[in-house]
Amino acid sequence: MSESNHISIQGVHKVFQSAGQQVHALKAIDLEIPRGQFVCLLGPSGCGKSTLLNAVAGFSLPSAGTITVEGVPVTEPGPDRGMVFQEYALFPWMTVEQNIAFGLQIKKTSKPAIQAKVDELLGLLHLQDFRKRYPKDLSGGMRQRVAIARVLAIDSPIMLMDEPFGALDALTRRTLQDELLRLWVELKKTILFVTHSIEEALYLADRTIVMTYRPGTLKRDLAIDLPRPRDVASPAFNALKKELSQLLMEEQHRHTQAEFRGAAVD
Amino acid sequence: MKRFRHAASGILVPLAALALWQLLSSRGWVNATILPSPLQVLVKWWAYLKPVEAFDPAQGSYLKWCLSGELIQDAAGSLYRVLLGFIIGGGLALPLGLVMGYSRVAYGLFNPLIQVLRPIPPIAYIPLSILWFGLGNPPAVFLISLGAFFPVLMNTVTGVQTVDSIYLRVGRNLGASRWTQFTRIILPAATPYIFTGARIGMGTAFIVVIVSEMIAVNNGLGYRILEAREYLWSDKIIAGMFTIGLLGLGIDTLMTRLSTYLLKWHRGLEQG
Repeated sequence: MSESNHISIQGVHKVFQSAGQQVHALKAIDLEIPRGQFVCLLGPSGCGKSTLLNAVAGFSLPSAGTITVEGVPVTEPGPDRGMVFQEYALFPWMTVEQNIAFGLQIKKTSKPAIQAKVDELLGLLHLQDFRKRYPKDLSGGMRQRVAIARVLAIDSPIMLMDEPFGALDALTRRTLQDELLRLWVELKKTILFVTHSIEEALYLADRTIVMTYRPGTLKRDLAIDLPRPRDVASPAFNALKKELSQLLMEEQHRHTQAEFRGAAVD
Repeated sequence: MKRFRHAASGILVPLAALALWQLLSSRGWVNATILPSPLQVLVKWWAYLKPVEAFDPAQGSYLKWCLSGELIQDAAGSLYRVLLGFIIGGGLALPLGLVMGYSRVAYGLFNPLIQVLRPIPPIAYIPLSILWFGLGNPPAVFLISLGAFFPVLMNTVTGVQTVDSIYLRVGRNLGASRWTQFTRIILPAATPYIFTGARIGMGTAFIVVIVSEMIAVNNGLGYRILEAREYLWSDKIIAGMFTIGLLGLGIDTLMTRLSTYLLKWHRGLEQG
């Protein structure tokens, strides 16, 4: 294992019991992620990309194999691996600033330090005018900003993102993608980002990993060397898009076939 | 304007009912002893409300005199029992409900007994309550506590059990201890259910207080309407009944206001 690898996934299997059936969700996954890399996991639903993310997060440990972060095996969830969920998962009974401060309160950070950090993050994510609002009074995009700020507050070196922009409209999604890239450059995070959007993966990632449909394996590990900001209309972008699209459609086809057989239990 | 029309349409049916009632009585179609006219009830209500003695500064302040009427004293007695019973019953149910909702072991231990006791109406405890506590406030408060206990308990259990697991995942992800998870996530997430339970519990307490006053004590609204029956004062019975209704409505409105204020973050089932 190389020194520079931040996350190391070795021989990971995951087997579920679902409706009396054994589902082999992940099979023999080996993946090394260097520090500071932006990695997208791409695949159709049921390919195990969220399962892999949850395994790294420590919510659901692998059936076999090991995952290490900075050389230490993952055994439980922890604030070194902050997670952003598609459903935002903000605490509805807390205001925006209380949501952001929560992780710091757990860490027993001093009050002035919490206040300073919260103010900084509100500024960084353009949430200053919303600090006293409750999540129910925010748009989806604003909620996801708060969820990102909540993870940034605890300063996790790794950010795990599970289709975070999947529920947003196209324009809001692009805005948040740009902000995420800006934060990533500024704060030097290692990001593992799950998506089923080819364009999102190509727009964001240093490296895109296409997964196969059940059992989930790594089908293609593709470095995206396009300079940022990326032009989604450029020939190079579209060439990659076409390539990924073909890979993905093969898996999507297998997913559909399985669904027709009634075997796709999600 | 729309609001005014809405409010106006809301009093139409009560007014019509009142008019019909007045008509029935003033035409002599029903016996005044069985159903006195609304006007007669109103007169009796006022007599029941107003102080019995003339104002005498030597006896105390003006305010004290104003509140010395029989109705006020009865209402205060009933309210005292309701609140005391509610605090005892709800106060025991809340911690038990939190523990039962959180721990499967505690749920397994307590739930069978609870399910057997729950369908027994508090009224059925009357003989035992008198045997155990004699007469006066203790048996009444015991019955009211029982009435408040189960709604608060059941709703608290459900509230804790149905906390969306994604909030707990976020808590674990941020490194929250079990205690922090419980106090900062589970407890606030369960409050909408707990408040619903408290409101139902308060309603039950209010029903039980009237019954308990009919058997165990010699003041309060329940006692008074039973006493009025002895004298065939049906106007006073009805005045007492309406007082009970208005008091119940007042308490419920207060509870709803309070929970709306405390749950201003809440948006029904659709949470973000």
